[in-house]
Amino acid sequence: MRRRPDPTITAPSVFRRRDALTEAFAVIAQRPVRTLLTALGTILGVGAFVTTTGLAETASAQVSSRFDALRATEVRVQDAAPDGTNPFPDDTDQRLQALNGVNNAGVSYTVADPGTIQPRTLATRPLRTTTPIPVIAASPGALRAALPTLATGRLYDDWHQQRAEHIAVIGRVAADQLGITSIDRQPVVFLDDTPYVIAGIIDDVARNPDLLLAITIPTTAADTQFAATAAERQVLIDTAPGAAQLIGTQAPLALRPQQPDRLQTLVPPDPNTLRNQVEDDVQTLFYALAGLALLVGAIAITNATLLNVVERRPEIGLRRALGATRHHITRQIALEASITGTIAGTVGAIIGLIAVVAVAIARTWTPTIDPAVLLAAPAIGTITGALAGIAPAIKAARTPPAETLRQ
Amino acid sequence: MTAGLEPTPATDPHSAGAAIGVKSAVRDVVVVDGLTKTFPGPPAVTALHPCRFTIRAGEYVAITGASGSGKTTLLSLLGLLDTPTAGSYLLDGVDVADLDDTTRSALRARRIGFVFQAFHLVGYRTVIDNIALGLLYQGTPTRERRARARTAADQVGLGHRRHARCSTLSGGEKQRVAIARTLVRNPSLVLCDEPTGNLDTTTTRQILDLLDQLHHTGLTIVVITHDPTIAAAAQRHLTITDGHLSEIRREHATTP
Repeated sequence: MRRRPDPTITAPSVFRRRDALTEAFAVIAQRPVRTLLTALGTILGVGAFVTTTGLAETASAQVSSRFDALRATEVRVQDAAPDGTNPFPDDTDQRLQALNGVNNAGVSYTVADPGTIQPRTLATRPLRTTTPIPVIAASPGALRAALPTLATGRLYDDWHQQRAEHIAVIGRVAADQLGITSIDRQPVVFLDDTPYVIAGIIDDVARNPDLLLAITIPTTAADTQFAATAAERQVLIDTAPGAAQLIGTQAPLALRPQQPDRLQTLVPPDPNTLRNQVEDDVQTLFYALAGLALLVGAIAITNATLLNVVERRPEIGLRRALGATRHHITRQIALEASITGTIAGTVGAIIGLIAVVAVAIARTWTPTIDPAVLLAAPAIGTITGALAGIAPAIKAARTPPAETLRQ
Repeated sequence: MTAGLEPTPATDPHSAGAAIGVKSAVRDVVVVDGLTKTFPGPPAVTALHPCRFTIRAGEYVAITGASGSGKTTLLSLLGLLDTPTAGSYLLDGVDVADLDDTTRSALRARRIGFVFQAFHLVGYRTVIDNIALGLLYQGTPTRERRARARTAADQVGLGHRRHARCSTLSGGEKQRVAIARTLVRNPSLVLCDEPTGNLDTTTTRQILDLLDQLHHTGLTIVVITHDPTIAAAAQRHLTITDGHLSEIRREHATTP
């Protein structure tokens, strides 16, 4: 007669959580250098993650502050469907100036030169062709919106515009070509055979650098003299800080309320959007690198733990002989890998933090890092270690004790 | 000279009045009947042919045999480290031949102690840690584990080296730690696989004396060895040849 197993005899083996932790720490603490080398990949991965996140945040804050300093205040409006007609009304400057947030605005276009304009300072036409100087027609508002700096003289104004006066301002480069250095003697420039009095010389512009190369005349004068209705006109608007987005939506309605779709506006990207884009671009790249490093780290832990399991086969066999179940062995090996991962995550977080602060100091930036990232780093390491420990843990649990104890 | 092992009539599990389930003054720790182990191969190898024997509580049994004769296979089966191909094995009256791995682990944790030729100590841990390891899977609280480990260390004469790392111990000391690790578990059955195989003559004598002392405290000990001197120190002497087990009687030999 055979008895059923006595429950007091066959009470299951017990491997308490605290003991499992103690055993795992004992193994890890025994070989600190090997543990660190095992964890190196994960350290790099987590370090890259923290550095990436921290630098992206720091850099985006920096982008934001710089973007505020150079806030985009430029809006351009152009013909969305050119059909040879002028899409802009005659009072474009006035309509746009009436919008809240517009500093200066006006229309401009390059006067097409059929080869007969021949800008020059003498009434007689030259015998040989010289390098043509472009002629730009610009309303006074467009001229002011380019934020010009004058070397001498003044800009023409609305009065000249309304009267289609033959007046011009010339760019610094064009002035050199024409040999004009001063306007004290009221120099003139001949376009075709019409004299234009030079009111001023532009030394520099913040926008439309073409103005430095060209002779700029009022659009009314250009329209009258050159009948350039087919010219490709463009409106330039200088806005108050922060108003560009709004003006971009209002300008077509103000200029062509009956057909705003005819006009296309070019507005600078929204600072917030740009900042987010920069952050996204930087983070996506570095997250990919961090992910790759973590993958390498996980493979390193798997590899090292597998080797460790092979090396510790007698010990694993002994533990089985002492009553450990397969589950106990799995748990211990997985726990060791997880703790290795946690250590790697913590060390990686510290290294990442140091890297962010070092870069920020070197660039005189303000280091910005989300505390949640620092807290997440050890967790990422733990998960990496746990995943990496699965295969070795299963292999260890399958180790036949009788065989290993014979070694 | 050799003899087949006839089970003691009083303890034959198949006979009326068998010791199993019956309270007797001396209980049977091991009752084996037809135990066989065949490794599937190919080619299939029968490492242990059907054998039948009983070991009573407190007995000191030596199993000898040449290398490859099947004695380690027998030890693995007795120690529940491996499962038999056929036959029955009652350990402390519990049929363990067909138990699942978890239950066999539980029995190993509470009923069986091992002493190996290679000591199988965790070298980077201290004497106390290694001895306490014997109680780890019994769920014994840490403090009690360490207290009992200290007592066991004293019993085997290693009280002064409690905190030494095992990697720094001599062979004899290592085997004492292994014996203490078994002793601390208070097992029903102690299985020793060539316990003096890596030791010099003097240390061998000391270990044998220690095993003898433990035997006199009532421990049931099975020693697997190829050394006839060790076998001579045991109460009973079984021998295994090409997987066939037989007992060598002190006075006379019988065949199964």
